Amino acid sequence: MIWVIHTLNGIAFGMLLFLLAAGLSLIFGLLKILNLTHGSFYLLGGYIGLTVMRLTDSFVLALLAAAITIALLGAVIERFFLRRFHLDELPQTLLTFGFLFIFADLSLWIWGGDPLMLAQPRIFAGSLPLGDYVYPYYRLFLIAVGLVVAGALWWFQEHTRLGTMLRAGVDDAEIARALGVNVSLLFTLIFAVGAALAALGGVLAGPVLSVYPGADFEALILAFVVVIVGGLGSLRGALAGSLLVGILDDFGKAFFPEFALFTVFVPMAIILVARPTGLFGRG
Amino acid sequence: MTGRVGSFAASVVALALLLALPQFLRQYYLGLATRMLIFALFAMSLDLLLGYAGLASLGHAAYFGVAAYTIALLILRAHLGSGIAFPAALVAATAIGALFAPLALRARGSYFLMITFALAQVVWSVAFGWRSLTNGDDGMPGVPRPNFGWSLDSTQSFYYFVLAIVGLAALLLLAIVKSPFGRALRGIRESESRMQALGYNVWRYQFVAFVLAAAFAGLAGALYAYFNRFVGPEYLFVIQSAEALIMVILGGAGTLIGPAIGAAVIVFLEDFVSSMTQHWVMVLGIIYVLVTLFARHGLIGLIVDYRQRRSEP
Repeated sequence: MIWVIHTLNGIAFGMLLFLLAAGLSLIFGLLKILNLTHGSFYLLGGYIGLTVMRLTDSFVLALLAAAITIALLGAVIERFFLRRFHLDELPQTLLTFGFLFIFADLSLWIWGGDPLMLAQPRIFAGSLPLGDYVYPYYRLFLIAVGLVVAGALWWFQEHTRLGTMLRAGVDDAEIARALGVNVSLLFTLIFAVGAALAALGGVLAGPVLSVYPGADFEALILAFVVVIVGGLGSLRGALAGSLLVGILDDFGKAFFPEFALFTVFVPMAIILVARPTGLFGRG
Repeated sequence: MTGRVGSFAASVVALALLLALPQFLRQYYLGLATRMLIFALFAMSLDLLLGYAGLASLGHAAYFGVAAYTIALLILRAHLGSGIAFPAALVAATAIGALFAPLALRARGSYFLMITFALAQVVWSVAFGWRSLTNGDDGMPGVPRPNFGWSLDSTQSFYYFVLAIVGLAALLLLAIVKSPFGRALRGIRESESRMQALGYNVWRYQFVAFVLAAAFAGLAGALYAYFNRFVGPEYLFVIQSAEALIMVILGGAGTLIGPAIGAAVIVFLEDFVSSMTQHWVMVLGIIYVLVTLFARHGLIGLIVDYRQRRSEP
């Protein structure tokens, strides 16, 4: 039974990672930007959600406020900073690193250095009995949210006009532009959507992992591991990588606490050796 | 010709200044100058990769930190002397570089950044997680400075020790970038395919540059372990790697003096800003943004631009 609990925990954590990695991967696929600010979007999302939750006592409002604010922030960063260095990876990396520092210090300034726990939405307060154990409903809710987001993104990518434009842009942004796709607008939109997904991840993680300084780096690093494992620019890869990393992380923490991070990094290194473009990446 | 004479004169003046520094700097600032020298070496080592080979690494702290940890572990855990620990640290950094290079060199651009980043995080996770060996987060204090016949415990003697080593390393780096090997690297940076067509084994040149950069970064890391008498996982963290990148870019990639100046500026600013406010991290973030937006070619680039503008009619 303990295995089931750990597997469920791993999947729940994997779903949080998916919210991060999906955005990171989409942004890289289309804009070819390695977005180091992605962890900040997660952290700021968590903090904004926390504040809104305290003010309004509504989890839904917390999610909405975080997603919208961070989407706007992402749009501004893409439009006014990153765009100037299109396809020039070094300045883009340095810029996103700079914003990572600025937001880390800003949030430390506003919300302080102690871990803050987000209140759990009341409808998911109880636990599901599982044999001799119980399993919190909230984590089952996380799994459900992850699956819904994954399904929605897949549907958006495969069955909407915007999704078609996105796929065209990923394949060849210049040709897509020549065929009349407003690629510039698409860039800003996808960057904003990716940022909002990370912010949602931050709010949803709040009741389980709490929000604390340094969570931005941790989230960023795990999201990187996920996209390295799954392959950059691939939604399927992001999902598979998230689940794998989430489960490995949980089992690692439970059974090899000293090497908890190692159980995540070693498979990543193996995949790097065997398949540098990741499990689902395109060469 | 006047340029060469000028830069020779400038080097002599700079060297005289560096040698005389302990005469008129208080102990605290002499310590700061020592840190500047160590990070100048760290930044120059990254520049070999970034500025000359054109490969932007986001994991350069790995070699710096591995050397520092090798020193601390061999001295504090295995009770060996610096006579063994110091060379072993350089070997360890070089070996890690030789191990990581083939993995990272399969990729270019963003992927290269990401793979170097991820590999460095693997090393960091070992230092951070393996508490029984490394004390994890708390780091390992009490690393004794080497004693090769005379004590390096005073700030002044350690400054001269670092100055001598960094000076020799800088000369060695200068010889490397001026050599045919260095010129081939620059050719590869400009056009890999052209150099390939000319018969150069591009991969081998990049591999050697990668490993050399790791070795020099290891030298800086070893000095830093002695300087602080301490090692901690932050030596290996991505922030350290990113600071090295900004030092190189701020000073001017593709020159050796540029990254050294960039390192001195960042180390000085960190000290200066930290003494005034707690928000050094934000200031550093703003420096990243401003440098990227306005000084792509670094301080050296600004000087060159200014000279060119003045010389134009």
